Amino acid sequence: MSRFWGFVKKEFNHIFRDYRTMLILFGMPVAQILIFGYVVSNEIKDIKIAIYDKSKDNVTQEITNKILSSGYFVLDKNIDNDNQVEEAFKKGIIREVIVFEPHFAEKLEREGKASIQILADASDANTANIVSNYTSAIIRTYMKNELMKGDLPFEIDTNVQILYNKELKGVYMFVPGTMALILMLVSAMMTSISITREKEMGTMEVLLVSPLRSMPIILGKVIPYVGLAFVNALVIIALSYFVFDMPIQGNLAFLLLETLLFILMALSLGILISTVSKSQMMAMFISMFALMLPTMLLSGFIFPIENMPKILQWLSAIMPARYFIVIVKNIMIKGSGFMVVWKETLFLVGITILFLGISIKKFKVRLE
Amino acid sequence: MLKQTENIIEVKNLVKKFGDFVANDNLTFDVKQGEIFGFLGANGAGKTTALKILSGLSFPTSGIVQVAGFDVYREREKVKKNIGYMSQKFSLYEDLTVKENIRFYGGIYGLSGKYIKEKTEDLLKRLKMENIKDSLIKSLPLGWKQKIAFSVAIFHNPKIVFLDEPTGGVDPITRRDFWELIYEASDSGITVFVTTHYMDEAEYCDRVCIMDQGRIEAMDTPALLKNQYNAKNMDEVFIQIAR
Repeated sequence: MSRFWGFVKKEFNHIFRDYRTMLILFGMPVAQILIFGYVVSNEIKDIKIAIYDKSKDNVTQEITNKILSSGYFVLDKNIDNDNQVEEAFKKGIIREVIVFEPHFAEKLEREGKASIQILADASDANTANIVSNYTSAIIRTYMKNELMKGDLPFEIDTNVQILYNKELKGVYMFVPGTMALILMLVSAMMTSISITREKEMGTMEVLLVSPLRSMPIILGKVIPYVGLAFVNALVIIALSYFVFDMPIQGNLAFLLLETLLFILMALSLGILISTVSKSQMMAMFISMFALMLPTMLLSGFIFPIENMPKILQWLSAIMPARYFIVIVKNIMIKGSGFMVVWKETLFLVGITILFLGISIKKFKVRLE
Repeated sequence: MLKQTENIIEVKNLVKKFGDFVANDNLTFDVKQGEIFGFLGANGAGKTTALKILSGLSFPTSGIVQVAGFDVYREREKVKKNIGYMSQKFSLYEDLTVKENIRFYGGIYGLSGKYIKEKTEDLLKRLKMENIKDSLIKSLPLGWKQKIAFSVAIFHNPKIVFLDEPTGGVDPITRRDFWELIYEASDSGITVFVTTHYMDEAEYCDRVCIMDQGRIEAMDTPALLKNQYNAKNMDEVFIQIAR
């Protein structure tokens, strides 16, 4: 047992003495989650808008207040003639102009119908789409509330049909994906590099000549990374909870258990990579191209799986990250328990055993 | 010095093939306890392959190989307890200190912390390296690293130590220094099995075995070999054989 701890201690020395390893281990998770959370997110915040209120009555005022108090929009200016609309867009600061038709409140009361025009700057099509969706959602909510209050039934005409969907929030999509990516990186890439480094340096031969069996050697190398990956997972969950207000609806212990399973999967993949690569460089390339890219592109992390061509959908079916993302989303957002994610869990368990089996076999072959 | 006559390594008809390539072609030889046995040959002659089989890193295709009285194939674990090994990529951790390296390697042989501590102090004193015990290995010159690597390889008092081209890349004077350590180990009863392609080192061995293209071409004491081939030094012997 003390041999084993000596091994683990040695491994920690390697990690703590190499600033590049430290940077990857501790700097990257935080940087990635913040970058994905703030920058790549498709959530909108403080979008500058202009309001062109041709009616200026109490209803338009109320709707304007609702829109501005939502937190998504900031009023840049009020517009009072048609020429100013184009001018406002040309400066590139304003993303959206909301136009209320004249006699808005009167029309609502008399005809039960009035219309609002939403003009969005579509030079950034994606943002334009999201911005107009949010605006019309707010208007719909307002309309619904007024209806429930029992006032006269009326209708406000907006063009966009998609309902306000809370789950569209960017961070909710990115946290599980980032978690999968980082755990894959730390566990699979770092272990495969650290094992191949011993091969390259010739120290692996000395270990294999020693009375240590191959299992403790591998375990001794891998256990520090289990610990570090787990710490990383905790950091990511904490960041998403405290900084991005991502909920953890389900059982935290269950979430951590699933995370541990994913870490073990990635580690066994890392061991497998190290058995087929001769140098650190090769281990890194395999990890990068065979793990990182598919994890980002095919797991449903960035691009929806439903929109992929059939062949890529099949490929994505064997991406362990895909199942982990489903598990994390279910637990964190929907509060699901084991009964909902047992299939995904089973897949992860199965593939871990498969990777470990192949690694053990390869490790023996190498000695022949 | 009086050498015991007991065989500590016995190899009979060892063959190692990689596909069609025969790396070791029917090797048969013995090494006696306490001997310094040199394995000579050009690069690719099959020295390292044979050494890997003897140290249990690789398995023979056929033949009988016994090390320290155990079969390397069937009793690998017992063989491991009795041998030390130093690879040609001299095998210390560059980012650990001298002391940490000794501590680690002592630890994997199951030596107690107290024993390791005492012996480390002793060792550093003998090597005159007390003041660098907390330096990282990567900050030391190659010759020093090799000395430490050798000391680490025999730290657990093995019966045999295998050295795979231990002095690659250093000058003859540093090599000479290194061989002082080998003699010390040999005097304390450790059998030394060393591969090399430096012919000056061949002169230091009790017995040498010259390999060429996977086969043993000659095996005897350096003095008798020089006599037999009518050569001034081992260099000439080697050149005659390799042709």
